Amino acid sequence: MASTEFVYATYIKATPQDVWNAITSPEFMKQYWFGSYAESDFKTGSPWKLFRENGEITDSGEIVESAPPKRLVIRWRNEWKPELKAEGYSRCTFEIETVANVTKLTITHVMDKEGSKLIGAVSGGWPKILSNLKSLLETGELVLAANPASH
Amino acid sequence: MVAYKRGMVTDEDKVFKALADPSRRRLLDRLRQDSGLSLNDLCEQYDMSRQAVTKHLAILEAANLVVTVKRGREKLHFLNPVPINEIYTRWIGRFEAGRLQALDNLKKALEEKKEHEKEEKKHGQH
Repeated sequence: MASTEFVYATYIKATPQDVWNAITSPEFMKQYWFGSYAESDFKTGSPWKLFRENGEITDSGEIVESAPPKRLVIRWRNEWKPELKAEGYSRCTFEIETVANVTKLTITHVMDKEGSKLIGAVSGGWPKILSNLKSLLETGELVLAANPASH
Repeated sequence: MVAYKRGMVTDEDKVFKALADPSRRRLLDRLRQDSGLSLNDLCEQYDMSRQAVTKHLAILEAANLVVTVKRGREKLHFLNPVPINEIYTRWIGRFEAGRLQALDNLKKALEEKKEHEKEEKKHGQH
């Protein structure tokens, strides 16, 4: 297989609109994304940038497809590690659908390159971010206040 | 975080039940190694019938440990680590992650050192 791809899915007791807001609102993102937040108007063709809590840019790209509250596709490149940036653009798709009264959020992150370091680097983060997001939307509390991998 | 109920079986029950079977754990290991495999890819590796693999995959999918994506005529299977992360955060992550990581690093370092010494001894004898 000439690409590296990971898929993450979680079922959340919230409306699709709540989940959409959670992935597009910088203030809400900060809470479950360990301080990181995105800046974009999340419209097709618009730029998209991801920042660390201190305002340093970590990733950037553009919105390839935006269909609120169902589907968001981001062209995504790392900006702070030269070896990751060199890999170029990956593609991250958020799909939001209603399944048996709950909302299923599926994130697919793919790079058209075998053994992508970028996909490897983000693969540890997504499950934590998703667990945090689910918990925050369902209970108002986080399961992990700090990213254990960063200690 | 708290597993919600669908009937009497919670999502967490499904995860533990799915993980309790060694064949299903092997399927997860395989998908961890190579993500996005078709049923054919997965069947090639095992001395299990196609029917048995299909059944195991259905249980893993119901527990959300495997996610499938349709690509053309094929259905590709991916390991979804999110439920495992939830188990981890419930009992371990919140307080113990740092210390457990240190313990794990220590164990690995000591084992590597032991291996290294063994190798050196072997070479020394020749």
